[in-house]
Amino acid sequence: MTGATTGHADRLPPPTTAPAGLPPVDLPGLDAGWSRLVTVPETPLLGAHGRADEPHGVERTWHVLDTGPALAARGVTPVGTLLCVHGNPTWSYLWRDLLAATLAAADDAPGDAWRVVAVDQLDMGFSERTGTHRTLRRRVRDLADLTDTLGLDGPVVTVGHDWGGVVSLGWAVDHPDALAGVVLLNTAVHQPADRPIPLPLRLALGALGPATVVTPAFLRTTLALAHPPLPDDVKDAYRAPYGTAERRSGIGAFVADIPAGPDHPSAGELDRVADGVRGLDVPALVFWGPRDPVFGDPHLADLLSRLPQAQVHRFEGAGHLVAEDVDTAGAVLTWLADRQPADAGSVRGTGTGTANGTAPASRRPPLWRRLDDLADDGSTALVEMAPSTGDGVRTVTWRLLARRVRELAAGLHAAGVRRGDRVSLLVPPGADLTATLYACLRIGVVVVVADAGLGARGLTRAVRGAQPAVVVGERRGLVAARALGWPGRRVSTTTLPRATAAALGVELSLPDLVDLGAGAALPPEPAPDDVAAILFTSGSTGPAKGVAYTHEQLAAMRDALADQYGLGVGTGLVAGFAPFALLGPALGCRSVTPDMDVTAPRTLTARAVAAAVAAAPAALDGATAVFLSPAAVANVVATSDDLTDDDHRALARVGLLLSAGAPVGEGLLAAIGDLLPAAVPHTPYGMTEGLLLTDVTLEEIRAAGDGGAAGGVCVGRPAPAATVRISALDADGRATGPLAATPGVTGEIVVAAPHVKDHYDRLWLTDRESRRGTPDGDGGARADVDGDVAPGARWHRTGDVGRLDAEGRVWVEGRLAHVVVTADGPVTPVGPEQRAQSVPGVARAGVVGVGPRGTQQLVVVVETDPGARRPSLATPELTADVRAAVGRDAAAVLVVPDLPTDVRHNSKIDRARLARWAEGVLAGGRVGPP
Amino acid sequence: MRVLVTGASGLLGRTTAAHVRDAGHDVRTFQRRPSGVDGVHDVLGSLTERDDVDRAVRGVDAVVHLAAKVSLTGDPADFRRVNVDGTRTLLDAAARHGVTDVVHVSSPSVAHTGTAIVGRDASPADPQRARGEYARTKAEAELLALGADGPLRVVAVRPHLVWGPGDEQLVARIVERARAGRLPLLGHGAALIDTTYLDNAASALVAALHRLADDDGAVRGQAYVVTNGEPRTVAEMLAGICAAAGVPAPTRRVPAPVARTAGGAVEAAWARLPLRSADGEPPMTRFLAEQLSTAHWFDQRRTRTDLRWRPEVSLDEGLRRLAASYGADREQADASDGPRRGARTGRDGDAPRGSARR
Repeated sequence: MTGATTGHADRLPPPTTAPAGLPPVDLPGLDAGWSRLVTVPETPLLGAHGRADEPHGVERTWHVLDTGPALAARGVTPVGTLLCVHGNPTWSYLWRDLLAATLAAADDAPGDAWRVVAVDQLDMGFSERTGTHRTLRRRVRDLADLTDTLGLDGPVVTVGHDWGGVVSLGWAVDHPDALAGVVLLNTAVHQPADRPIPLPLRLALGALGPATVVTPAFLRTTLALAHPPLPDDVKDAYRAPYGTAERRSGIGAFVADIPAGPDHPSAGELDRVADGVRGLDVPALVFWGPRDPVFGDPHLADLLSRLPQAQVHRFEGAGHLVAEDVDTAGAVLTWLADRQPADAGSVRGTGTGTANGTAPASRRPPLWRRLDDLADDGSTALVEMAPSTGDGVRTVTWRLLARRVRELAAGLHAAGVRRGDRVSLLVPPGADLTATLYACLRIGVVVVVADAGLGARGLTRAVRGAQPAVVVGERRGLVAARALGWPGRRVSTTTLPRATAAALGVELSLPDLVDLGAGAALPPEPAPDDVAAILFTSGSTGPAKGVAYTHEQLAAMRDALADQYGLGVGTGLVAGFAPFALLGPALGCRSVTPDMDVTAPRTLTARAVAAAVAAAPAALDGATAVFLSPAAVANVVATSDDLTDDDHRALARVGLLLSAGAPVGEGLLAAIGDLLPAAVPHTPYGMTEGLLLTDVTLEEIRAAGDGGAAGGVCVGRPAPAATVRISALDADGRATGPLAATPGVTGEIVVAAPHVKDHYDRLWLTDRESRRGTPDGDGGARADVDGDVAPGARWHRTGDVGRLDAEGRVWVEGRLAHVVVTADGPVTPVGPEQRAQSVPGVARAGVVGVGPRGTQQLVVVVETDPGARRPSLATPELTADVRAAVGRDAAAVLVVPDLPTDVRHNSKIDRARLARWAEGVLAGGRVGPP
Repeated sequence: MRVLVTGASGLLGRTTAAHVRDAGHDVRTFQRRPSGVDGVHDVLGSLTERDDVDRAVRGVDAVVHLAAKVSLTGDPADFRRVNVDGTRTLLDAAARHGVTDVVHVSSPSVAHTGTAIVGRDASPADPQRARGEYARTKAEAELLALGADGPLRVVAVRPHLVWGPGDEQLVARIVERARAGRLPLLGHGAALIDTTYLDNAASALVAALHRLADDDGAVRGQAYVVTNGEPRTVAEMLAGICAAAGVPAPTRRVPAPVARTAGGAVEAAWARLPLRSADGEPPMTRFLAEQLSTAHWFDQRRTRTDLRWRPEVSLDEGLRRLAASYGADREQADASDGPRRGARTGRDGDAPRGSARR
């Protein structure tokens, strides 16, 4: 903040005067009938900052877009008004889609209609050029003068973008009786203290101030921020009121009014608004475009700290002009409609993680309780076969682990990390990660875990979106954090040389925290319903999403694992699959981290597993469980020839094998079963949003058969606390059916369990969709469910399609987004893929649709054995065989050397990408690799 | 119902006349040469002669209008005289003589502007942007016909790439080129195209006629694309037709630079290839090259719902019927010429025969 200059108004050209006017009649998306001019008596402000009192008797003329007359013409009385305030350098044109959407909604539901009043701020758009420099305080008063003249006295939802967000919030703070809600898009009321002013704004303040007046550069720059780019006619419409330097004077004045320091004339008013926002208890909605060079995620975090009740959607890929980039108008209407039936005062915050299900009467013990119980136990809790320190096998007793967790927890607290703060853990699995994780949980710090498999770009997006206060990492992770500009204070796992620490911005190390916490007191435990962790999805189905769990829900996950697999004190756990491995100490298991590169599970060898198993049980006679990802399973099988007799003896002690994280083939499961003669191979079905939903053993897979005509992958029966229902697909391939248990009906798999996610982080629309049609969704609307669910369970739509069979088993038939919708109805992809794979010479198949949904053609893309060297049409013979096997009309059969798959597991076919490729090829386009 | 079928000397016209007759109607045909269709009354004459048209139209209840100049090249004035002026003359006569229903047979090319068509429904006819004289004049004719809905009940039906036994246009040209080893694949031959088996096109026209007579107004003033609803790649369609005719499928590709779209590249190469047939007409024009190198397949939902029609003959069955007809031809040829290279054996021989015309 320091160093920024103030008083730019002095350097601006003299302000100009010009009357208000009307926009041209033919601007795209704008109805000329919405425009009106309103003449408003100006309330004089008393002098401040050494200024004289303002004169009396002044009138100003505004241009506003107003749907009031259009609603009156329909005979509709609105339930309230959306008061929309644009930022700089746009005008009320920004809200045209919202005006149109509310009118369309008024036609559908006249009883719930909202009026929109979208203003052009004075000196902006088509409103009057006043010849004055208007401060923030003046602008907030201007808006009140306008609403007084319009007689807007209730219920009003303010809607503001950019600097207009601040003005709208000023109005909101000053009109508590009329205020029914606030909607904000890419705005800020406070510059976070530790952040420099964004470069573009510094430029604007320092150099561009006068320039924005005389040249259209600022306007042009802002309009170029849209993703995708704006059509030229829309850009022209934005420029329409700013054709001359005189008309643009307000733009420069507006920039100059941004308080860059405490001495700025508008700083006091900004602070007043920022403080006042904390007192707003109305529903709030925030839409955010992260690709914004001016308002970044720190500003979003600040806003949310002031409006904890806000529902937030962060549109990955959208930018500053988020209202142009995505359908925010429709989303605002959805939000308003959700509030309609319930009383307006009740706000269900998803931003802060309120559980929606019925809370069970008795709470589960939190994850760290086991460490308290075993605080004096001298037996082994953790074994690291190859710690990154390179010192050979490292073992940690329960006593040591409990003490370290206590010290780290107290140390973090002493370092100022507080309950509710977020901490990003870039630490590979092992003792350091385990201790840090449990320490964070103990003091209510929200743990952010993103898989390195997301890649640098995906990780950066995830971490930026989560806005951690602290990043804990190994040197490698911290170098990446530095290079990629991640937010947060830095803590290293080991003590780094001073110069290195300084270069990486590292404040503290884990040993420092242990020292800090050694004698310090622990803060109180967090509440069961506080958010405990945010886990990121793999990103194989779009940008990675942050999934929030409360402490109660993590405890439920632990209990689900214990119940399903009989894990507990005395079990050895060889953990090659991180999410479950971290629960080892909470279960009381002795956890062994095998020698492997955790970012590349396919590097795990059979001998490394055998060595880990040998290290696991020792003092215990309990069974040993091995948790692996499918890629690890594949490599263990591939390297099994290296096993010695001793290794085989060790592996014979394994009682349970779990392959988790992605589907695994029966053949592979059988092959690893052969290496572990005493083990029952299991594979669970789950996802980041619910890690254990069903389970199936190798034997059950064999008994289930091939699923008959519908096909699919049998994933077994629901886990003890989980309920699985199907929301049937309609003819358009949408999952609109009620939650039913009818066998043989294909639809979206919808689950309920106490260990299902609490909510998606800052993805309100996604979260809302994940509860649609369930008792937890649709703004509290009732939804019928076939049967009961466990106490404390929450519903989640998985995005997978499948069915239940008469035995109660679940069959997965693909992703909902990959359902092909033909003129004869929807087709799920997995069944046809399995049948295509039954054709001799076909190694793997992907089934996708080309053409518009509803009239799509089925296309089968295959990898052949032996493999093809380049993509081509299949031979007539192969085409005929595949078509006959699939049993549906396939428009074409294509051959490729490699089907595109997800980076992480190399097992899920990227059907979205494959469909785009097939569509191009079959439209007569280029035949490159998919 | 007394129904006039114009243009019944062509393959689709003949087949349609037979289908209308089989539906129990009293059929009159109108063209310059005898139709050769049993059980119908031929009125011979020209669409460009007002008196001839009057004679044909007088006394009928409905007209199925197929007569058109269809060739790929020719004098623009000829196309206009037949396709536009002839249609206007026919519509005038129909109105004067108390005809109630007109099924105007059009072509998807009336709305084709050269870009790929991927699962779209019929767009409005666009004479300005249609490619080539045929498409331009047919577009104008369709607009004229649909404009006459009001006093008359009019529907336009656009069958896409009609083929079947006896086809002298598409099938015969393909087979002739392939037999001479001069049928290259356009690019990768991977563009998806819709086609229409002959009898399906005819049954769709009868369905349209009946839907007009239902008088519920559902199809009046509308244009419908009709296809088999089974898009296939160009390569597969060509191979299927060649196999049915017992000639080698095309293997030679027109070279296409990888970076360019197959369609554009093929078009450029096509112009330089020596592919002129005996009658001096190029076997492929730029228009046809585009048709065969970019996707053309259609959304058939509205067509099937509104016309209450579904194709009865699948592509596979159609190809079997085509093979049967070529097999019959070959048996005759073999009797005089002895064995011929490329004659087919195997499952094509099992196809039902003689079922092409009902």
